[in-house]
Amino acid sequence: MSASLNILGELSYWQQTGIRVGAGLAAVLLIAGTLVYLHLFKLVSFMQSRLGPMEAGPFGSLQLLAEVGKFLQKEDIFPRKADRFVFAAAPFVVLMSTFLLVVVVPGGPDAWFIDTELGIYLAMAVSSVSVIGILMAGWGSASKYSMLGGLRATGQLIAYELPLILAVIGVVIQAGTMNMQGIVFAQAEGSIFGWGGIGNPYILTQGVAFLIFMVAMQAELTQAPFDMPIAESELVSGYMTEYSGMRFLLFFIGEFATAGVFSAIAAVLFLGGWSVPGIDPNDNIMNVLGPVVMLVKIVGLTFVVFWARFTFPRFREDQLQRLAWKVLIPLALANIVVTGILKVAF
Amino acid sequence: MPDTDLARNELVARFAAHLGDGLLESHVEPDVDVWLRVSRESWREAAEFAKNGLGFAYFSFLSGIDWMPSPFGREMDSQIDIALGNDEASKIDQTIVQGIAGGETRFQAFARVNDIVNGLGITLKVDLPDDDLSVDSWVPVYPGANWHEREAWEMYGFSFNDHPGLRALYLPSDFEGHPLRKDYPLLARRMKPWPGIVDVEQMPGEDDNEDGASSE
Amino acid sequence: MERAVSDAALSNREQLSYIAAQAADARVNVELETEGMTLNIGPQHPATHGTLRIIAKLDGEQVVAVDPVMGYMHRGYEKLAEVRTYPQVTTLINRIDWVGSFANEVPFILTAERLMEVEAPPRAQWIRTILFEMSRIANITLFLGDMGLQVGAVTPAFFAFRDREHVLNLIESATGGRFHPNFDRIGGIKDDLPAGWITETRRVMKKMRKYCDEIEILVEGNEIFQARTRGIGVIPANIGLSYGLSGANIRGSGVDWDVRRDNPCGMVHNETDWKVWTHPDGDSFARFWVRLQETRESTRIIDQLLDNIPSGPIMAKVPRIIKVPAGEAYVETENPLGVMGYYVISKGELVPYRVKIRSASFNNISITPWLLKGVYVPDIITILASLYFILGDIDR
Repeated sequence: MSASLNILGELSYWQQTGIRVGAGLAAVLLIAGTLVYLHLFKLVSFMQSRLGPMEAGPFGSLQLLAEVGKFLQKEDIFPRKADRFVFAAAPFVVLMSTFLLVVVVPGGPDAWFIDTELGIYLAMAVSSVSVIGILMAGWGSASKYSMLGGLRATGQLIAYELPLILAVIGVVIQAGTMNMQGIVFAQAEGSIFGWGGIGNPYILTQGVAFLIFMVAMQAELTQAPFDMPIAESELVSGYMTEYSGMRFLLFFIGEFATAGVFSAIAAVLFLGGWSVPGIDPNDNIMNVLGPVVMLVKIVGLTFVVFWARFTFPRFREDQLQRLAWKVLIPLALANIVVTGILKVAF
Repeated sequence: MPDTDLARNELVARFAAHLGDGLLESHVEPDVDVWLRVSRESWREAAEFAKNGLGFAYFSFLSGIDWMPSPFGREMDSQIDIALGNDEASKIDQTIVQGIAGGETRFQAFARVNDIVNGLGITLKVDLPDDDLSVDSWVPVYPGANWHEREAWEMYGFSFNDHPGLRALYLPSDFEGHPLRKDYPLLARRMKPWPGIVDVEQMPGEDDNEDGASSE
Repeated sequence: MERAVSDAALSNREQLSYIAAQAADARVNVELETEGMTLNIGPQHPATHGTLRIIAKLDGEQVVAVDPVMGYMHRGYEKLAEVRTYPQVTTLINRIDWVGSFANEVPFILTAERLMEVEAPPRAQWIRTILFEMSRIANITLFLGDMGLQVGAVTPAFFAFRDREHVLNLIESATGGRFHPNFDRIGGIKDDLPAGWITETRRVMKKMRKYCDEIEILVEGNEIFQARTRGIGVIPANIGLSYGLSGANIRGSGVDWDVRRDNPCGMVHNETDWKVWTHPDGDSFARFWVRLQETRESTRIIDQLLDNIPSGPIMAKVPRIIKVPAGEAYVETENPLGVMGYYVISKGELVPYRVKIRSASFNNISITPWLLKGVYVPDIITILASLYFILGDIDR
């Protein structure tokens, strides 16, 4: 792959990789940090008629830095009977799946990490890796609470993978490609019944798939109303109970980073990704504007995610499974059938 | 109101008719309450009759009473009083006097059940002889008595026949003694003796209008 | 539950305390066999309102047997009351149910008044009833927000605390204490109401009604909440009665019994026009629904009482040093948590001879070994939340 940002011209392989790694880290961590501040600190506080952290920095904006500093200086604790390696490796596995996910998200016409025909297929495949991480955390903690949480999580995450993937298939059929850039261009350059004003964001035609994707995403992130694995009033923290200090911070960042990345994928699939109606998607300015647009869309989608999280009570495990298998999957299959028929007809 | 009076007297009469000799003593306070003392053998029968025969379906509580006055007195003697021999403890009258509906023993178990349809409640008492502090359990009749009997067991040492599992409720299982008995000392007062009645300086402008004894 | 132990060298004291804790755990008399998984819920746990330990024997996610272990907060009130004078006992028993604390004092004061054959003057009775209902509102609003929290919705709990503040401020301005007013006296109440209290109370009651409406939409109307609570933890009425369930727990099973209406003594609820709410289902949702309606009803009772407060003295003629004549008496009242009663045996001295505290939550929780057989683990939390206990009430 020899393409790189036009501005930098021909760079050596290692320099390109270095930029990509740096950008990847920045993408994940900055998004996570913004989301933590905006949603976890401020949104939920305002919803609960309180102010949230106000001390660290103007309006508490540096609170996350303070938290990171606090976590860094904590003692590294292992439960006595824990399986050391599994216990230590679990947060990294979960975080790794997030980083692997972010490489498929494009930020502009030339600002991408990898540009592969597999695109969304790769993303869906890689997102399942976090299930292993959660199971490792639940097992390696040598605690009944964690075990219960880990088992619940496994059942839930596997169950909700299917609606996630099936919802995406509708988009793929309509776009005709699995390449993420291709999907963005298909939306940006598409038209609705001949009017190309805002392109053809797939949320209009794939509305059902969008809803299914959002619900499944909520479950994949183990957010309320699907947070049985964490279930704070029952299992204290589920699979994260025995983690403290830096390891807990990895889980914490991973949770928000994954929320951001999944929202980014949803933005690409349904909202037109980095494209803005009115500006030609091939324009060079989109390389700079694109990431900003993505950030706005990510914040918008995660707003909905966290709003639901802090409002709804949680489902019981069997109700959760019933929702996935009996409601979402048939809906998603029906959506695929309808999309296929309409695609051929039109 | 003669109404409730009649109702309570009728209750006593029906108990007497059913239990015969089992009903040892009774006391009705008109329009207020009714107490019944039954024999040990008819303790459970009284419960069954109350629940099935009289409609007292609601189980309120079950506990015990120790009628021996505490040998430690009121635990309110200050050091000076004890030194001067003015303390209450040395003058305690240790005779055992039972309360309403009489009694013959130091320990009694008592329970209360309600008839919520008619708004009546009865208190049942039973004597427990000192050498055999046991009585039939109420659990087959009122399942709610389970925890109450466990508490009576650990606090007084009563044992209940046919109880599904008498074990400690509040106290750790290696606790020795039965705390609510009067001869079990209140450890807080053993550790730190009562400082005596302390004169509290009056607030400005306040006159002697308070009720009750002054505080510590 | 395994305590996390650092690998750094433990000091002697830490080692000894760790061993002692493990041994203490082992010493608890547990009657469950060790097959299947035994899950220890508590004593430190976000769900139990205090230090209640529930040993659940599980088969997967289903409960096979449940054994509540309590006594972590047992303060020995019945023994302590035997060495306290009657006004001092009032201070003690304030702390039994610490969220609706004025209500704890009332049955004891009424028992002592019955033994002394003293009746509080009408104004005192009115104010007592108003504060009694206010403590009910303070207690149940906490429940309404907290039930949402147990089921997973984090936001209603904050609304509960925010709106409870208004009631607590009112109680504080009248009695001097938010949580432990210690305001009731044998023969009346301690002080008269401050100026402007009645107008302020009317305002606050309007706010509480709005809060109830908010909770109705946010929590009660939520489909997920209903899916979690409908049909869960059904208590048939006759079983509930034989266990001694009281309050909203038994009214949620359809039993129309309220001590305020049926057996009032010393309180003036029946001077107003009010209604007892029942629900036929007997499940967790029914108990929640009944409590919500009761809170609204309490606000209406207070409004009506405020319209009719008589003027007059607030304290009957009682001697300065209170010696209660010999006798036995039992008075129970409809406290926020259920029916609470005090059986006081007096021998004519300054201190009571025996005080038996009949606390509501003790009976309410005694039904859990029967009730929790065969439910799922999340339902344990829902059912416990709907039974609503306060540890001080169970443990005394």
